[in-house]
Amino acid sequence: MYRSHVLICGGTGCTSSGSQKVRAALIDEIRKQGLEDEVNVVETGCHGLCEQGPVMVVYPDSTFYAQVKPEDVPEIVTEHLLKGRPVTRLIYNEAVTDEGKVLSLNDTDFYKKQVRVALRNCGVIDPENIEEYIGTGGYQALGKVLTEMTPDQVIQEVLDSGLRGRGGGGFPTGLKWKLCAPNKADQKFVCCNADEGDPGAFMDRSVLEGDPHSVLEAMAIAGYAIGANQGYIYVRAEYPIAVKRLEIAIKQAHEYGLLGEDIFGTGFNFDIGLRLGAGAFVCGEETALMRSIEGKRGEPRPRPPFPAVKGLFDKPTILNNVETYANIPEIINRGAAWFASMGVGKSKGTKVFALGGKITNTGLVEIPMGTPLRTIIEDIGGGCPNGKKFKAVQTGGPSGGCIPASYIDIPVDYDHLAEIGCIIGSGGMIVMDEDNCMVDIAKFFLEFTVDESCGKCTACRIGTRRMLEILEKITSGNGTMEDLDKLEQLAYYVKNNSLCGLGQTAPNPVISTLKFFRDEYIAHIVDKKCPAHVCKSLLQYTIDPAKCKGCTACARQCPVSAISGKVKEPHVIDQSKCIKCGACMATCKFGAISRQ
Amino acid sequence: MKSLAELQAIREKMKNTMSMRDEDASGIRVVVGMATCGIAAGARPVLNEFAKLVQEKGLSDRVKVSQTGCIGLCQYEPIVEVFEPGREKVTYIKMDAQKAAEVVERHLEAGHVVEKYTMAKSGLK
Repeated sequence: MYRSHVLICGGTGCTSSGSQKVRAALIDEIRKQGLEDEVNVVETGCHGLCEQGPVMVVYPDSTFYAQVKPEDVPEIVTEHLLKGRPVTRLIYNEAVTDEGKVLSLNDTDFYKKQVRVALRNCGVIDPENIEEYIGTGGYQALGKVLTEMTPDQVIQEVLDSGLRGRGGGGFPTGLKWKLCAPNKADQKFVCCNADEGDPGAFMDRSVLEGDPHSVLEAMAIAGYAIGANQGYIYVRAEYPIAVKRLEIAIKQAHEYGLLGEDIFGTGFNFDIGLRLGAGAFVCGEETALMRSIEGKRGEPRPRPPFPAVKGLFDKPTILNNVETYANIPEIINRGAAWFASMGVGKSKGTKVFALGGKITNTGLVEIPMGTPLRTIIEDIGGGCPNGKKFKAVQTGGPSGGCIPASYIDIPVDYDHLAEIGCIIGSGGMIVMDEDNCMVDIAKFFLEFTVDESCGKCTACRIGTRRMLEILEKITSGNGTMEDLDKLEQLAYYVKNNSLCGLGQTAPNPVISTLKFFRDEYIAHIVDKKCPAHVCKSLLQYTIDPAKCKGCTACARQCPVSAISGKVKEPHVIDQSKCIKCGACMATCKFGAISRQ
Repeated sequence: MKSLAELQAIREKMKNTMSMRDEDASGIRVVVGMATCGIAAGARPVLNEFAKLVQEKGLSDRVKVSQTGCIGLCQYEPIVEVFEPGREKVTYIKMDAQKAAEVVERHLEAGHVVEKYTMAKSGLK
């Protein structure tokens, strides 16, 4: 029996900052000091504060250590685990007051406004140990559903909760199940969309890595509700830790009889298979995903027929996203009314966001729907680093839009964001400051969709390509005002005529930046200037002869020898050679070089 | 798994493990002095006895056992402090594993301070 638990994050974020080495050092040191029977080391999923990784929590004191290195481990073991003196210098700095008092994690700015429902077990349990999941109430919901509820009651409960799809579509989950349930067939399927592909989004990965059983349990519940006994999880092969933990979870659930035949002695059978996606963004679209599971090329098809009628292998199928499923057991356990009490209007419950870009606390946050954007950016995220000015936040990845700083008090929920042409999407939130060029951002996302367009329909395949060409023309300083009109026309054409969600939403980054940052486009076209100094073709580095001392530092630094001049005389940059790398400006000690 | 009772049994078994990771700090806190002086005087078996018994007796949802540094009365180590919301702190001195078991049973479980081991009893203030 252990007197202390040390939880170390084994999510992708902390793994890449070296948590496995810290874990090995910890186990080694604990053994060396003879504490292996007293202290239990547990590898968990994501705590959310990826910026501070590798993170480690010591219980029962719940001391939160951040950025732990293997060489810090002996000190933590001797001082804290043996002698009970927390190593203050290694504690997450927000959790230590100016007086040196250690705060509970829930009292820190990053955590205190969060409500963790989908992430309830992430960072708390060992995802590779089914008993820890059961210990926090896992599989109770499945037991309750199978022994006390009819399929219709389950669907009604999910409907009443107001849960909507968390993958981006926002379609009411209960309604999806209700549409599928009455369809008669010899075989039905429950699928899970774990093909998370938006750049900068990692909500689903964290749930799969930190709490895989919650998804398995929810899929079994969905299977009971719609009358299916086979499930598939379509997960990207680029998520090796998630895949491994899912494999372990499925195996353990079988061993414990929580998947397989006659679950809880009720005669209900349910099994889950894993299918790995090879990285095509379009396979996150439901019809393309199902074709890919069937072993065919991942291309969307027109709907109707909807998957609820004719889905995987032409059988009635429901497909929900990982985070949507992670909410289901809690809705069953705590009731639809509890879930619906969180959020605003038609957006109930909580939403997980992956905060990234120009933000102090990069990581994963879960907040009630309708939380003002300001709370997310300033209170939880800690604002833009280096005192830079917040400019906009990009939500929904390549399918979404930008919310400008002037809308910082907007409540973040499906309907309020839709009003200004944005979407919650899957939950990626890329924060931008004054150094980001909005035209460049639109170009970045369009490059992504051009790459990922499957090519089946013309509007998307050729339309997005032509849009990208116009953006390239503008950012290289050759754009005209007619191009702007053409770009806008084309954007709506692609939006209205594409076959699937990928093409229908691909123009959104362009449409929303045109709406809120049209002046930046005009600056590129008319003034031939990039206000944020990002678009290289529009930049010019010049040396102020009055300030230049002729020290030759810049000339020596220039990788293309574009700077010439005699010692102790002002130097000059040859604009035809300059590649605008900025090395000269960074080198100059006299502030003689400027960028325009 | 063929019945809900089996699931419940695993949940019971894991209860103590999981409640240690509770962020809730409203219950009783048992703190064992584990500085060099405390360890030399035998604080480690005391700490482990507390940790073990609290879990065995299913008290871990309301009692947290942790350690602290030097309390400053090295000659009276091993020292154990019991903090309970709304009650005065109780300091036990010169503890050993057996005394710890008594404290768990009579103080933590039944709510009676074991006067004979307290610092107050020994005349120290």
